[in-house]
Amino acid sequence: MFKRLLGCVREYKRPTILTLVFIVGEAIIDVLLPFITANLVNTIKAGAEISEIVKTGILLIVLAVVSLSFGGIAGFTCAKASAGFARNLRADLFSKIQTYSFENIDRFSSSSLVTRLTTDVSNAQMSYMMIIRIAVRSPLMFIFSIIMAAYMGGKLALTFVVVVPVLVGGLLMISRKAMPAFRRVFKKYDRLNESIEENVRGMRVVKGFSRENYEKEKFGRASDDICADFTRAERIVAMNNPVMQICLYFNMVFVLIVGSKMTISSRGVELDVGQISAMLTYGMQILMSLMMLSMIYVILTMSAESFKRIGEVLDEEPALTSPVNAVTEVADGSVDFCGVSFKYSEKAKKYALSDIELHIPSGATVGIIGGTGSSKSSLVQLIPRLYDVTEGSVRVGGRDVREYDIEALRGAVSMVLQKNLIFSGSIKENLRWGNPDATMEEMREACRLAQADDYISAYPDGYDTHIEQGGSNVSGGQKQRLCIARALLKKPKILILDDSTSAVDTRTDALIREGFRKYIPETTKIIIAQRIASVQDADMIIVMDNGSISAVGTHDELLRDSEIYREVYEQQVNGKGDDDNAE
Amino acid sequence: MPSKKKTEEIRQGSGNVNEIPRQKPKMDMGVLGRVLKMLWKAYPVLVPVTTFCILFSAVCSTLPAIFQRNVIALIEKYYESGDWSEASKEIIPLVLILVFFYVLSIISITVFRQLIAYITQGFLNKTRRQMFDGMQDLPIRYFDTNKHGDIMSYYTNDIDTLRELISQSFPAIIQSAAIVISVFGIMMWYSVWMTLVVIVGVVAMVFVSKKVGGGSAKYFVRQQKAIGKTEGYIQEMMNGQKVVKVFCHEKECIEGFNEINDSLYEDSYRAHAYANMLGPIIMNIGNVLYVIIATVGGILLTAEVPNLAVSSLVKGAGLTAITIDIMVPFLNMTKQFTGNVNQLSQQINSIVMAIAGAKRIFSLMDAEPETDNGYVTLVNAVVDEDGNVTETAEHTGKWAWKHPHQADGTVTYTLLRGDVRMTDVDFSYVEGKQVLHDVSVYAEPGQKVAFVGATGAGKTTITNLINRFYDIEDGKIRYDGININKIKKSDLRRSLGIVLQETNLFTGTVMDNIRYGKLDATDEECIAAAKLAGADDFITRLPGGYDTELTNNGANLSQGQRQLIAIARAAVADPPVMILDEATSSIDTRTEAIVQRGMDKLMEGRTVFVIAHRLSTVRNSDVIMVLDHGRIIERGSHEKLIAEKGTYYRLYTGAFELE
Repeated sequence: MFKRLLGCVREYKRPTILTLVFIVGEAIIDVLLPFITANLVNTIKAGAEISEIVKTGILLIVLAVVSLSFGGIAGFTCAKASAGFARNLRADLFSKIQTYSFENIDRFSSSSLVTRLTTDVSNAQMSYMMIIRIAVRSPLMFIFSIIMAAYMGGKLALTFVVVVPVLVGGLLMISRKAMPAFRRVFKKYDRLNESIEENVRGMRVVKGFSRENYEKEKFGRASDDICADFTRAERIVAMNNPVMQICLYFNMVFVLIVGSKMTISSRGVELDVGQISAMLTYGMQILMSLMMLSMIYVILTMSAESFKRIGEVLDEEPALTSPVNAVTEVADGSVDFCGVSFKYSEKAKKYALSDIELHIPSGATVGIIGGTGSSKSSLVQLIPRLYDVTEGSVRVGGRDVREYDIEALRGAVSMVLQKNLIFSGSIKENLRWGNPDATMEEMREACRLAQADDYISAYPDGYDTHIEQGGSNVSGGQKQRLCIARALLKKPKILILDDSTSAVDTRTDALIREGFRKYIPETTKIIIAQRIASVQDADMIIVMDNGSISAVGTHDELLRDSEIYREVYEQQVNGKGDDDNAE
Repeated sequence: MPSKKKTEEIRQGSGNVNEIPRQKPKMDMGVLGRVLKMLWKAYPVLVPVTTFCILFSAVCSTLPAIFQRNVIALIEKYYESGDWSEASKEIIPLVLILVFFYVLSIISITVFRQLIAYITQGFLNKTRRQMFDGMQDLPIRYFDTNKHGDIMSYYTNDIDTLRELISQSFPAIIQSAAIVISVFGIMMWYSVWMTLVVIVGVVAMVFVSKKVGGGSAKYFVRQQKAIGKTEGYIQEMMNGQKVVKVFCHEKECIEGFNEINDSLYEDSYRAHAYANMLGPIIMNIGNVLYVIIATVGGILLTAEVPNLAVSSLVKGAGLTAITIDIMVPFLNMTKQFTGNVNQLSQQINSIVMAIAGAKRIFSLMDAEPETDNGYVTLVNAVVDEDGNVTETAEHTGKWAWKHPHQADGTVTYTLLRGDVRMTDVDFSYVEGKQVLHDVSVYAEPGQKVAFVGATGAGKTTITNLINRFYDIEDGKIRYDGININKIKKSDLRRSLGIVLQETNLFTGTVMDNIRYGKLDATDEECIAAAKLAGADDFITRLPGGYDTELTNNGANLSQGQRQLIAIARAAVADPPVMILDEATSSIDTRTEAIVQRGMDKLMEGRTVFVIAHRLSTVRNSDVIMVLDHGRIIERGSHEKLIAEKGTYYRLYTGAFELE
């Protein structure tokens, strides 16, 4: 998995490698510097000439400048490499998600996908920076210092044989203990934030029921709980410092006592003063680099979770893909459901659709009626292959939808959704979603057919009128008509309207349907509606009930045969002209 | 969606008072001071104790260096004789002192690390709760005019910056500052001349920190903003995923994303590049300083320039020459000094970010809470045979308004009946943009009053005024004859049930959600309410029945099902007055017929305000008000309005498009 993620480094390999090179250079100088400064001090102590001091001084300054440039360049390339890595991760993730089917998205939930694209990528960026900056430098420093200590300290260096394992063991133990605690806390923390969001969104309900104090108490409890857990986890990690200090100080005391004894008893044969000082310095460096390593270990294990979550998204196989040798031409607008059963996920117990047998000839107008949860939308979503059937097959133009190239299939099937969505931008831009190359005349025509041209032309800016985010400056009915026009621009073989004229008044609704009949007779029209009036002149009306087809027929046939249909009809018509003027 | 549009309007109109400009990161010491003050107030004992421990451990970590040097001096002294038994008499006590300091240091560092962990989380908890508690008391206007994403980021990103500040930056600053100051003092003690050289170096370091650190902070703040923008784009596209798929618009989406992604990259790498370079720069200025000090020291040493030192001044020894005994420790101190200045400079980023974060948090805390001067309360009531109303502690199913009169100290009780009268009400969300003009509505107990009209006509606004989500500008609203301004808001709202178009459910079981309407309702009461609302049927078919967990605003339910639960929630509260704002908009006609029966039962004996697009829902109302641009243009029963053949008639016959 890590290999897969590292593949995202791509063009930032160069800055990454440069960072490593310069960091190594900087580290070498860092190890050399104490040597030369010690040398300088000795020169001064020896009462050498000024020129001597200046000579060493110049060498030191040169080294400082080199170290500065190395460090500076490494800092720069490292920032570039890690930010670039993050950019590639985000781009890859986003592109990958675009290939997802709804089944894939449902599996992750869209809010979790957003977190993966933002927080998790930020974590990955930080740890990448850590790895190439510190994770290389610290072991390097560690090895250098060990070598130097062994070289300088001789037997005295044996102290590290004791101290290093103790420190490593201690630090490992702490992070082992802290990690699960943190993981638990972060999960709880996410839930707390979700509940805040819920509260903010539902503030009208909270206030409407005067539940402010109840919410305060509920939040207080959750927050206290998290505080306690968090404190516990943080306190475990806080033990890092004392453990480190104990090892450091033990080393110092040991070196001072044993070192001075060795030096004095052997009169400087086994050890001299300079070596003791060096041992102290290197001891410090060894332990510091271990400390850094343990910090990185903690951060990396924590971000491993993020890496894992990113990897999951990248590794997910899109549930719907075009087959090899896909058919790219849709012959006509006929739709056949052959023994179709469907459920939204494998785990779901309940089938959303069962045993659907339905044959729609090309060019027919089909109405679908049914109550909430009767799976009307589920049925039509199978036609452009937004989901795949669980059993049976859906055929368009005589072929199984799974044989088509997805883009070709969706190009031939236009769907106006229940939840109308138009995006911020001009009306023209929104229409061009249907056909990026549409001419002005084509757009006009589509809008005329959808009865949208009148109101659009009435705007001072006409087709260039800007639509606010979420389409808040047009009414529901206008939005729906715009969406129909957008769908028409695709010149589809099959047009599906999923309850998409609910906010349009009855007269306009009738005009739209008449236009369909007159101008796009060869297109198959499938209309889901709440209003009987919207479907009663269809060639075929399907009555859905609880995931299966309850009845099929014309208006008159259904009035005679279908109890459900009759019930709805009577309620709407006999209830004294019960027109639902809007949703 | 009328409410959404309204929100949009208000947001634009009010000019976003609460939004804090995020562009200019500045060291606003006032904000920092306030954070410190809050911290101090939260832990008046522990904060000084912790500070003391940090200082103590700083001292403990500097002192041993002196003893170390003494030990080495002793080694040099006994080096010639090689007499360990003699030397150990002097060395061992020194080492023991050293051990003593080490032990103290370990203890103090353990204590302060533990304390910091405790204080940080405790403080964050307190702040979070203070924010949340304050937020519950804010008026609806605040939530209508602030983006929810922004409010959320106060609790996540901004709190995180405080965590960084308290757990990392504060201790590091105290520690480093203490060391810098004490080392500076010791340096002065040894040699003023050489200290002056150090000061020059420090000035250079401060200058660089300010330049580089400031640049870094600027880009960090920009990065934060770019992240927000990226998140917004992803969110919009995730919401519109179906449309994207239906139109095969994936490529365009990716292109749009790449653009935003690129600008995030730019800001991010600049921010980190500056931050990464600061360390090496400061460190190497330190190295150069070291060389300069060594050289200057060497010159002073050989030229035998008289040394000006605090130590000799104190001792009254006058000016003595610099010696090698001064030079060596001085050089070591220079190293320590610059190392700690570096430590300090590393904290600039997190301080700037924390100030920006704290500022936003304070903007939430400082937002004006909803005022409530109401003193009329709702109490359980008993009515005796003579019709006298008295208060009781038990639940009687009857309620009364308890109205204390300040003038004579008497208390009157008015039975809660649900009589709502609005007289000549004017209202505007934004000054100058009047939404309601002279609206008068009379609803007698048990009457059903319907509002019909286009989007933005003011239907929802009227209901917002009755429960005082907003306060009227002019006119009067009386509830059972009492001015609603006199009624305690929580009691007023308790007596009004509301069901909104945008259904909000909470994480928890279906049962929990219904019980939200009446916290002490039994399971049986909740189920009865669900049955009344026509929700029982689908709930029992859910995998877990009433114990089915709802998450993410009931994402696993259809919009219609969510509305049914919301109706059940209002039903269990059993209020005398109900407001149904598009409560059945997403329920199909057939289900609505079922719900309608329940609703009719629910509405029996209650005053009901109904807003509906579907005129069938409105038809059997006692009074229908047709609103247009904030004015009531027609009122009357369905039959009367149809007979008048006015706007209502045209709407009803479908000749007019609503919205």
